Amino acid sequence: MQLIACPWCGPREEVEFSYGGQAHVPYPDSPAELSDEEWAHYVFFRDNPRGRFAERWNHNAGCRRWFNAIRDTSTYRFESVYRLDDPKPVTP
Amino acid sequence: MSTLFRTTSGGRIDRATTVEFTFDGQTLTGHPGDTLASALLANGRHVVATSVKYGRPRGIAAAWAEDPGGLVQVEEPFPEPMLLATTVELFDGLAAHGLPGQGRLADVPDSARYDAVHAHVDVLVVGAGPAGLAAALTAARAGARVTLVDEQSEAGGSLLGGTDRLDGAPALQWVAAAVAELARHPEVLHLQRTTAFGAYDDGFVLALERRTDHLGTAAPKHLSRQRVWRIRARQVVLATGAHERPVVFADNDRPGTMLAGAARTFLHRYGVLPGREAVVFTTDDTAYDAALDLHAAGVRVQAVVDARPGGSPQRREQCERAGIRVLSGAVVTGTRGDERVTHALVAPFAGGEVGAAGAIGCDLLLVSGGWNPAVHLFSQVRGRLRYDAGRGAFLPGEELDGVVVTGSAAGVADLAGCLADGQRGGRAALARLDIAPTADDRLPAAPDPVVPAAPLVLWRVPDTSGAEGATSFVDLQRDATVADIARAVGAGLRSIEHVKRYTTIGTAHDQGKTSGVLTSGIVAELLGVPVQDTGTTTFRPPYTPVAFAALAGRDRGRLFDPERVTALHDWHVAAGAVFEDVGQWKRPRHYPRPGEDMEAAVLRECAAARTGVGILDGSTLGKIDVQGPDAAVLLDRLYTNLMSSLKVGSVRYGVMCGVDGMVIDDGTVLRLAEDRFLLLTTTGGAAKVLDWMEEWAQTEWPDLRVHCTSVTEQWSTFPVVGPRSRDVIGAVFPGVDVSTEAFPFMTWRDTTLDGVPVRLARISFSGELAFEVYVNPWYAVAVWERLLEAGRPYGITPYGTEAMHVLRAEKGYPIIGQDTDGTVTPHDLGMAWAVSKKKPDFIGKRSFARPANADPLRKQLVGLLPVDRETVLPEGSQIVEFRADGRLPAPPVPMLGHVTSSYRSAELARPFALALVKGGRERIGDTVHVPVGGTLVPVEVTGSVLVDPEGARRDG
Repeated sequence: MQLIACPWCGPREEVEFSYGGQAHVPYPDSPAELSDEEWAHYVFFRDNPRGRFAERWNHNAGCRRWFNAIRDTSTYRFESVYRLDDPKPVTP
Repeated sequence: MSTLFRTTSGGRIDRATTVEFTFDGQTLTGHPGDTLASALLANGRHVVATSVKYGRPRGIAAAWAEDPGGLVQVEEPFPEPMLLATTVELFDGLAAHGLPGQGRLADVPDSARYDAVHAHVDVLVVGAGPAGLAAALTAARAGARVTLVDEQSEAGGSLLGGTDRLDGAPALQWVAAAVAELARHPEVLHLQRTTAFGAYDDGFVLALERRTDHLGTAAPKHLSRQRVWRIRARQVVLATGAHERPVVFADNDRPGTMLAGAARTFLHRYGVLPGREAVVFTTDDTAYDAALDLHAAGVRVQAVVDARPGGSPQRREQCERAGIRVLSGAVVTGTRGDERVTHALVAPFAGGEVGAAGAIGCDLLLVSGGWNPAVHLFSQVRGRLRYDAGRGAFLPGEELDGVVVTGSAAGVADLAGCLADGQRGGRAALARLDIAPTADDRLPAAPDPVVPAAPLVLWRVPDTSGAEGATSFVDLQRDATVADIARAVGAGLRSIEHVKRYTTIGTAHDQGKTSGVLTSGIVAELLGVPVQDTGTTTFRPPYTPVAFAALAGRDRGRLFDPERVTALHDWHVAAGAVFEDVGQWKRPRHYPRPGEDMEAAVLRECAAARTGVGILDGSTLGKIDVQGPDAAVLLDRLYTNLMSSLKVGSVRYGVMCGVDGMVIDDGTVLRLAEDRFLLLTTTGGAAKVLDWMEEWAQTEWPDLRVHCTSVTEQWSTFPVVGPRSRDVIGAVFPGVDVSTEAFPFMTWRDTTLDGVPVRLARISFSGELAFEVYVNPWYAVAVWERLLEAGRPYGITPYGTEAMHVLRAEKGYPIIGQDTDGTVTPHDLGMAWAVSKKKPDFIGKRSFARPANADPLRKQLVGLLPVDRETVLPEGSQIVEFRADGRLPAPPVPMLGHVTSSYRSAELARPFALALVKGGRERIGDTVHVPVGGTLVPVEVTGSVLVDPEGARRDG
């Protein structure tokens, strides 16, 4: 069970967190103007990379705050965590 | 039988005390400090069990957890299956018997306690042998917070089974001093009888402490029997030692066949001679220690059979001085004996070819094929292993953050090296923690190591018995042989993982501690590939078996999951309520009177609510307090209907959907102030809805000034329901004008009762005139009893969740999650009226514009009335349709939908159901069929509102 570094609480047990899927998928400004296909992409389509992935996490058994993280999907290791209002880190 | 095979002195046993135990019904004796295995051997007993597949006799083949032979079932003091005789500590009154590969669980409840403790440490050291003790001392002396765990009953590791000397004295004196020094450090926790069985990410290690097992019937009841330690360590030092590896040959499973190092352990630690006449078969130098030590203890060592062509010159010289015959360039090809070994078959061995065998009489055949570092925990945390061809072993192949491997687990062979490597490991861990080691970090003086002759890597002796490997056992616990591996490879399997699953090697109780690397070697040999390419199978926790009871700890029975009860729980119990679980809540399902079954009770409770007055404990309803200047904006975005237009003092029903437009929850919203709302959610949906609101407020609309707080447990809630509810509320709250004009439907009022704030709301989940009473749970019982008292003239009847469900279903009110399943829109529920057409957007709105949402064949919520007026359709039943000719279509018969709710109705005097049916609203008036048991029950499709469709009763 790994430790996840909540940006507000620091390192806490993995079981305190819940996963929120891909980060940086904003709710569209004007859903009504989207085609069905564009809307379906927002609702259902997410990246599924092997390697670095920007994800949303929620410290729901702790401070209940959402945050973003860069995690390697092949090793599960968190490379960085950042607040929702921080820009996505530039990774090499 | 007396203990004929006990030496006259030495060992770690308490010879002054004798304990009695029974094995296979026979009463035997031993001493404190013995294991069951050493006590059996002391009594001359090698045969312990029979094998799982072939029923072959099996005996004790090792001295600790790697033993594949001595499986036993303990019967007293408490039945426990599948234990190793080598790891069961002896105590007075122990009763056990051998097992044919599988045991029997206790059929009486386990009265022992199990618990768990969390520990957070700087350095965790696993293993209290020379390397582990050196590492722990180094870390402790530097002031680090250290935990040292070791699976044996006392510290010392390999030193317990040898004759090593340190600082010119027996090594165990240094062990005792080291343990005493560790005990003086306040930040050191030292746990023996504690097996680290799982290593996980970020220094998380699980260890099982056996706290009272060794005490038998004398175990104090107040102590937990076993304890799981959940250790989070900044650095883990693995000093887990090594397991001796056997060599495979024909009939190598015959009792009396044992690892050479194990025989030394039985001799030195337990004072036991494992036989009278020994043959020692080896491929390296370490087994010579066993030969020489046993010889010195009076065992006749018939021969040392060394597979190496040149043997070991220095060891040969030692043996010659002792008068022990050494046969170099020779192997053991098989054994003879009825049960116990009587002869070893020894043959010349050169260039991989075996010559003619001769028999050497013996009752003990010791085997050593080299040593496998115990890399299990290192591998569990995904440490890569590398194969060392020189010694035929897999060693840690990389540095891991947070893990240091030391001593023989890292491949260090001699005592001086293990001590130095342990100190190095401790210092490496300290360096990563930025802690400086102390200057006085002294190691004991160990004899200079003797460089051994190079070992020979030999996995198996070619089978000259004619059995073609069918009696050459690789995994004794699975009865799996060289022939089985050959069959797997012959069938085309190349991956060691596939071979494992095909042959079952390594899947037994011992998880392949002796068989794993042998299998890798034999597979590589058969395939003609390097062993490095074959690799090992994945090491997974647990290292040794862990009882489910220990893993469960205190989380069993009523403590398995939290139980939530309302403030009225004791009242419900006293009233004879039958409870049901709703999420974690205990809710009264119905209140049967004497002689009533559930159906009768529910019909009575429903009739009371429809014709008089009923009262429900609705305190479990989810309640969320939403506050802030932008509270109305958030609700407008999350509910399908408009909430910002709700007036303070009023209540509105609302539906929430996901972005896919499917209903996720429903409930009512009270506007408490311009900037404050109270949301009522379903009992099961409370946490989910709060999470949903937080997710949107935090991730998409952080600009909104709004806060959401769960207040579920801050308010007890009692719906008072029925035509006479106004009389009851009016009587209890005389200051409130309860007339329809003054207190209309879907409004709320605050009042007080004897100074206690109470909120009343005209909300109805039954279609009847109803008032919901909200009060601080501290006063719940008092207010509830006032309501009952005031309702007595009207026959007020407490009702449970079952009646609540019948009443709501009669009105077609869906339960989200029962009548819906994540594919249902508000329109499918007939709630187009709850979907705002004014709002430019809300969550789910865009999905409603999909063509599929307008499909007339979508499943829609309708009512069903069984035509026979008798059948209660089972919920979940499928719905089918006859063809025009009155017969079923050919199979597979198309399914139109399914029954979601079904009850017997007092009001309708017949059963009814709600169902999701394709194109359901178009089918109103049709007859469809529901298979129930073996028959097709005709049912009429109706609208979903079966009672008071005009809504005439809500105002009484």
